[in-house]
Amino acid sequence: MTEYNFAYLDEQTKRMIRRAILKGLAIPGYQVPFASREMPMPYGWGTGGVQVTAACLVPEDRLKVIDQGADDTTNAVSIAKFFRRTAHVEVTERTVEASLIQTRHRIPETPLREDQILVYQVPIPEPLRFLEPRETETRKMHALEEYGLMHVKLYEDISRHGAISTAYAYPVRVAGRYVMDPSPIPKFDNPKLAGMAAVQLFGAGREQRIYALPPWTEVISLDFEDYPFEPTKADAACDLCGAEDSYLDEVIVDDAGGRIFVCSDTDHCRARRAAGHLGAQGVPYEEGAA
Amino acid sequence: MTPLLQVRDVAKFYGARRGCEGVTFDLWPGEVMGIVGESGSGKSTLLACLSGQMAPDRGEVIYDTRDRGPVDTRAMSEPERRMLMRTDWALVHQNPRDGLRMGVSAGGNVGERLMAVGARHYGDIRARAVDWLGRVEIDADRVDDRPTAFSGGMQQRLQIARNLVTGPRLVFMDEPTGGLDVSVQARLLDLLRGLVREMGLSAVIVTHDLAVVRLLADRLIVMKDGRVVEAGLTDQVLDDPQHGYTQLLVSSVLQV
Repeated sequence: MTEYNFAYLDEQTKRMIRRAILKGLAIPGYQVPFASREMPMPYGWGTGGVQVTAACLVPEDRLKVIDQGADDTTNAVSIAKFFRRTAHVEVTERTVEASLIQTRHRIPETPLREDQILVYQVPIPEPLRFLEPRETETRKMHALEEYGLMHVKLYEDISRHGAISTAYAYPVRVAGRYVMDPSPIPKFDNPKLAGMAAVQLFGAGREQRIYALPPWTEVISLDFEDYPFEPTKADAACDLCGAEDSYLDEVIVDDAGGRIFVCSDTDHCRARRAAGHLGAQGVPYEEGAA
Repeated sequence: MTPLLQVRDVAKFYGARRGCEGVTFDLWPGEVMGIVGESGSGKSTLLACLSGQMAPDRGEVIYDTRDRGPVDTRAMSEPERRMLMRTDWALVHQNPRDGLRMGVSAGGNVGERLMAVGARHYGDIRARAVDWLGRVEIDADRVDDRPTAFSGGMQQRLQIARNLVTGPRLVFMDEPTGGLDVSVQARLLDLLRGLVREMGLSAVIVTHDLAVVRLLADRLIVMKDGRVVEAGLTDQVLDDPQHGYTQLLVSSVLQV
């Protein structure tokens, strides 16, 4: 046998994962245990996301893989290459053209549609983990909706820093029930989780958990009455495309301390430049040029 | 008036070995009950059974709930029991490290119970935490320090503040003064006595230190080998012990 089975995993494994996904969709925010497989990549590189993607892929899919918003980073390129080789699916960088998007640490700026699936790579699925190390106890806390401890973490933030300093993996409450870790996306992206048209699936390979948000689910970021949740971003505009409403990366460009802000979502930035938007240091867009 | 806690023939066995057996008493509102006995006499097992940490093999522990009247805690659902644990009951451990979150500031420790019952206003939570730190004689400027930076006595006082902030009606204490030096013990006892009287708390205190029960407890039960050997008013039991073991216990106290 020279060929891999479609999308690497065998059919029984994909079936097992699909069952976990369906259960996750039925109970939004609930962490469903699944028998995570050994994947040909190290833990922390998205083994959970890859398994969820493999279980969802069909030959007609167009796959997009992003890492921190970018299509051209090592992690994203490796995973895209993996699926091109094992599933022969088409790979695209354009958010609007993709039917399945696997992401690490970002939600695309372009609003997603009902016919799209967003798969997150999750390092630690348990939002209470750093407060309560015992899995038996955290499961009980979820079961009994004992989420006071989550606010203790936010309380500590305010007492130490004067504001809620949690900037990523900001805990949310899903459909009025489960508290969920949205994976390490910046809290700027938290409002996008709520009421999204696309299906959102979360896979944690090492921790062997899958959880999900069905379309149009209510997702509320936890906060205090006198310290409400605030999505934050760098206070600047993208130097390439001039966008003021997208999440920015700060990039050091020389050894003299020169720095620019650029959109972390590379496809969003490209599309804006193609449409004629120009930032402070941008050059007019040409098809095919970087 | 109904007793706050009715204990009926409670027994707990570890395999064939007896943890405690045949314990029966009533605890009335505002009353402090002391449980004394030597190590291994079943005091802590009994406390764990009473406070719902362990399920007794036999017997009933009936608690007079605010909304439903007397209910057997064994028949309660787990969420109900845990809710009770966070609101109406308090549990003070011997070692403050068991009862505190060492990685969380003093204010967070006191605020946890408030947040667990739904407080969501940072300013209010903090104000109540500071107020309670003051009541247990911890300076307000230590509110953001972690318990690891506190002395043993301060940790124990912090644990008490953390437990009493939701205004519980019943406090379980397991050797609250164990591991503290005598002068710190004296101050802690003084503080506890004040709080118990002021808040009208009922308490069950497990200790091997007769001085603690002399100061705090209204009534006393003496345990040996898992059974109650003597019970009565504290002064009566300590001044006129009837059972041989109690006599031994009372005469073993070192006189200075």
